[in-house]
Amino acid sequence: MSGSGIFTIIGPVMVGPSSSHTAGAARLGWAARAILGTEPVAAAFYLHGSFAETGRGHGTDRALLAGVLGLGPADSRLPAAYRLAEAAGLKYAFYTQDLGDAHPNTVKIVLRGGDGSQVGVTGSSIGGGEIVITAVDDLAVEFSCHYPTLLTLHQDQPGMVARVSVELAAAGVNIAFMRVFRRARGGEASMVVEMDEDAPEQAVARIAALPGMRRVRVVKAVSAC
Amino acid sequence: MLTFASGAELLALAERENLSLGTLALRWESEQERKPEAELKARMAEYLAVMRAAVERGLTGKDRSPSGLAGGRGRLVWEASGKARVGGATLARAAARALAVAEVNACMGRIVAAPTAGSCGIVPGVLFTVAEENHKDDEALVLALFTAGVIGQLIARRATLAGAAGGCQAECGAAAGMAAAAAVELAGGSPGQALAAAAISLKGSLGLVCDPVAGLVEVPCIKRNALGAANALTSAELALAGVESAVPFDEVVDAMAEVGRSLPREFKETALGGCAATPTGRAWKEKLCRPF
Repeated sequence: MSGSGIFTIIGPVMVGPSSSHTAGAARLGWAARAILGTEPVAAAFYLHGSFAETGRGHGTDRALLAGVLGLGPADSRLPAAYRLAEAAGLKYAFYTQDLGDAHPNTVKIVLRGGDGSQVGVTGSSIGGGEIVITAVDDLAVEFSCHYPTLLTLHQDQPGMVARVSVELAAAGVNIAFMRVFRRARGGEASMVVEMDEDAPEQAVARIAALPGMRRVRVVKAVSAC
Repeated sequence: MLTFASGAELLALAERENLSLGTLALRWESEQERKPEAELKARMAEYLAVMRAAVERGLTGKDRSPSGLAGGRGRLVWEASGKARVGGATLARAAARALAVAEVNACMGRIVAAPTAGSCGIVPGVLFTVAEENHKDDEALVLALFTAGVIGQLIARRATLAGAAGGCQAECGAAAGMAAAAAVELAGGSPGQALAAAAISLKGSLGLVCDPVAGLVEVPCIKRNALGAANALTSAELALAGVESAVPFDEVVDAMAEVGRSLPREFKETALGGCAATPTGRAWKEKLCRPF
């Protein structure tokens, strides 16, 4: 995916049949895997709206599973995702669930890693293979996965945004977009920082060690898939 | 820096620089992306290879889509193309190739969205056939894909390329317009003729609705790829003969945008109208749409 040029018109190369239901679904699975940050051993998919309705015929299920296995939307092995999951020892289950006032092509993906870590990721496929992540661990967020993204879970208190941005600045990382979300004042909060370059590991470690910081996740740009 | 905000500006630029639309698009992309033209041509050649593989796979006719609705028709038409009794072998081969690629898409094979997955058969179906007729090599095909791309980009800027926003005129309609212009340049026509072909083609798809049975990219989408190929060939033939579009390209695109906005939502990929709402369409939906 480059800019808005000729190759967005002729392109992308993808496994059919649908940029929204197949390519976007693969990207959502891939993003959930990236957010978990380790090899998943179990995946549960809760499909909403058009994803639930027409998912089987569009291969949405196979695309989601393929993404969780680390396959991109142009990988010709995508239709064989069930077989690949069995070979990889990945347990999976698909459910239909009304996710409320969500985009018609929305899914909630719950992944468990071999190390016992777990994450719930909700996202939508919004057309042309583009995606948006709308919740991580039940906290509402919003990001596109176009950029390397830093996700925090922290205590809502003065100075958190400043401390995180100082660490990124010190590492020479430019913030492209940034949003802050919280459940309640003084409660659990989250920062979504979209960056122009990958944050160095030491910077991420320093951010994770900040007082009031509960968890830091780093998500690679989806263009890597 | 090259800039153009409309088909008219693109054409003026092409005539001033004495370049084809495809060459101009390549130069523009190279400036925008700050990448050498050779690298962009190599990338487009990779896309061309994916298109060719999709045609070949589709023409074997072996795949069936998950729904069971699609597969095998491209091969049927290809095998009959030698004794085509109505429109001649060229038309039959373009239709067969367009069907083949659209079937590969429905069967979860690799394709190039051009401009979308649902309309991915038209550009390769037309261009491989026109190249064969005119003995053109892959280098010429790569440039023709840039022609198709720049036409698609003008449509995207002034209207839309999404069925959910503009109906099928924005998908198969846009693809036919792109293929018509590219076919003209591939056959040696002028930039003016290429733009006229795109305008004539788009006029022929105005109001085309997006009405997929059971919401799947199969019925009527796959056969609309064959029909889009026929539209593109006819539009290109008219333009190459010197026929102009009475309504200029940009105004046709604006009309397409307006028609798309006015179309009821039943006809914009919701699977609530047209073919999807027929008794047969509803029966397929009952049969195929099983939630998880």
